[in-house]
Amino acid sequence: MKRIYIKEEYCIGCRLCEIHCLVQHSKSKKIIKAFKREFPRALPRILVEEKGYLSFAIQCRHCEEAPCIEACITGAMYRDKTTGAVLCDEDRCVGCWMCIMVCPFGVIKRNLEKKKIASKCDLCQGEEMPVCVANCPNEALELRDF
Amino acid sequence: MLLCCVFQSFLRYTIYDIRHTRVSEAFLEDKKMHYVIVGNSVAAVGAVEAIRRRNKTGSVTIISDEPYSVYSRPLISYLLAGKVDENMMFYGKKNFYEENNVETKLGQTAVELDIDERIVELENKELVPYDKLLIATGGTPIIPQVEGKDLKGVFTFTKWDDAKNIKDFIKRNSLKRAVVVGGGSIGLKATEALIELGLKVTVVELADRILSVTFDQRASQMVEDNLRKRGIEIIFDNTVAQIKAKGGHNKGSSGGKRRVSGVVLRDKRKLACDLVIFAIGVSPSASLVKDTPVRVKRGILVDEYMQTSISDVYAAGDVVEAFDLVMGITRPIPIWPNAYRQGSVAGCNMAGGLKEYQGGLAMNSVEIFGVSTISVGQTDPDEENYQVLQEYNRGRREYKKIVLKEDFIVGAIFIGSIERAGIITALIKERTNVRNFKDYLMREDFGLIYLPSDYRKHMVSGMGIEV
Repeated sequence: MKRIYIKEEYCIGCRLCEIHCLVQHSKSKKIIKAFKREFPRALPRILVEEKGYLSFAIQCRHCEEAPCIEACITGAMYRDKTTGAVLCDEDRCVGCWMCIMVCPFGVIKRNLEKKKIASKCDLCQGEEMPVCVANCPNEALELRDF
Repeated sequence: MLLCCVFQSFLRYTIYDIRHTRVSEAFLEDKKMHYVIVGNSVAAVGAVEAIRRRNKTGSVTIISDEPYSVYSRPLISYLLAGKVDENMMFYGKKNFYEENNVETKLGQTAVELDIDERIVELENKELVPYDKLLIATGGTPIIPQVEGKDLKGVFTFTKWDDAKNIKDFIKRNSLKRAVVVGGGSIGLKATEALIELGLKVTVVELADRILSVTFDQRASQMVEDNLRKRGIEIIFDNTVAQIKAKGGHNKGSSGGKRRVSGVVLRDKRKLACDLVIFAIGVSPSASLVKDTPVRVKRGILVDEYMQTSISDVYAAGDVVEAFDLVMGITRPIPIWPNAYRQGSVAGCNMAGGLKEYQGGLAMNSVEIFGVSTISVGQTDPDEENYQVLQEYNRGRREYKKIVLKEDFIVGAIFIGSIERAGIITALIKERTNVRNFKDYLMREDFGLIYLPSDYRKHMVSGMGIEV
C-alpha cells in the first residue's frame, strides 16, 4: 500500500499542490477552465499550513484505524480493498460532519455546493502518482510504500 | 526516533495488534469457532470486520429483532424528512454479510442466554450455540409512565420502523400539530423532519434550555434562536404529564386504541396535538442478560477488552457502560463512533487478539436547520479549576469554545465554523498537554503546525498514521 509522506524540511510553501489538487478534482481537469469556468469551483483536498518560514502540505493520512470510517453514520467513508485508501462515496454522504469531528489531522472539508458532502484526498485514484506529489517542485511530498 | 510519553497510547494499539496478529492468526485460522453477535448496528459491523481480519473460517452469526439488513439508525430523521430514500438507509455497501461471510437471523429476538451451555435462545425456540458471544443490543428509548402513553400517535424515535410508522401515521391522518418531548439531538432532529413535512411543532424540554447535556448556555441559545425563527415553539422547565385522547376516553368503544388529541403539561397547561414523540434518551437494552451472572449497572459492565464479567461473553455499543476518558468514570455514552470502536475491540479480542479499549468520550456532530454544531467532551463545567477559551461572532453566527483543565483540553464546542474540529478532539482523546501551544488554540488558522514538532512529525510522517 502506498502513502504520501510529508517532508516539511523541503516544503517551500508555494501551494502548487493545492492548485494541482483543485484542478485534478475539477470537472475539466484544465487549470484555466477550473478557475474561470467552473462554478462552484472545485475544492483542493490538500492544505498547506504555514507559520513563519515553516510550512508543510497535509492531506488525508489514510489511517490504519481511520476514525472517519468509524464515525461515518452512513458507511459512505470506506477503505478501498485494493489500494487501502480511505475514500468517501459521495452518493452516500449526507453531510453530517461526524468525520470532521474526529479527523485528527483536520483534512476533511465541507463541500457545501449542491448536495453537502465531505471532501477529502482520494490519492488521485486512477493516476499513477497523486498530482500533489508529481508537481511538488522540491520533493516535499513523496509517495512511498507503507 | 525518540518518542515522548504522549505517543504511548498511540502506539499501544499498533504494537499489540502487530504482535498478536502474527502469533495468534495461525492457530485461529484452522479452528472452527462460532461467533455469535446479538444486535445488528454499528457495534456489530465493527466486530464483524475485526473478527474477519483475524479469522476467515469460523462462523459468524448476527441475530437481530429487526428485519432489516444492517442500516444507519441516525439516518431515520433524514428518512422521515424525505432527504434520503429507503435504499439509502442501508449501511455502506449492500453486500456486507456476503463479503464477510456472515449468517443472519433477522427479525428474531434473542430471548434467553444460557451461560453454562453457551447457547442463545431465540423467540422461535431456535437454539444458537456460541464459542464467543457479543451482546450489542443497543439502547431502548425511555417512555415515561404517563397516562395515555399507549395511545395511537405516541412514538419514540430510534429505529427505522419508528420513522416509517410516524410517516405513515402523518400521511394517513393528514396531521397538523406535533409535540416532541425532549430537546436533545434526537428530539431536535425529529423536530426538523416534522417541520419539513409541514407540521407545527412544540418542543417540551425538562431543562431550562435545549441540548443541555452537550452544550453550554450560549450554544443552546444559538440553536434555540434558529429554531424559533422557523416557528417552532419551545417550552422549558416542563414535561408532558398526561396524553389526551380524542373524545376524552383513552379506549375507543370498539376496543381499539384511540388517537392522541393533545397533552397536558406538568404545569396543567394544555396543548392540542395529534402526534407525540418521546425523545428523552435511551437506556441500555440489557434484558438478555437478566437472570444471568453477567454484571450490569446502568449498562453491561465490561473490562478494557470489552469482555463482560463472564469470559467469552463480550458487549459493545449503547448497551454497555464503558470508560469515559474525560470524566474518568464508567458510564453509557450512546454514540455511534464509540459503538464502532468498542465493537471492533471486542471482535479483535474474540478472535484471539489482545486489544484494549482506550475509553470513549461524549461527542456529537449535529446539523439542525443548516447550523453545523460539534460538541466534544465536557463543554460546560461548573467547577472553578477550569479554563475557558471562547470566541463568539454574533453576526456570522459562529462560536468556538475550548475548555481546559490543568493544561489539558477536556471539551470543545464549535458552531457554524466546524473546520478542523477533529484536531481538538484528538488532543482531548490523546490527553495531550497543551501548555506550550495554548495561546494558538483559538487562532483561525490553528493547525498541526502549532503542535510541538516531534508530536506533529509522529502524527504525519512516522509510523503513527494510526490514531
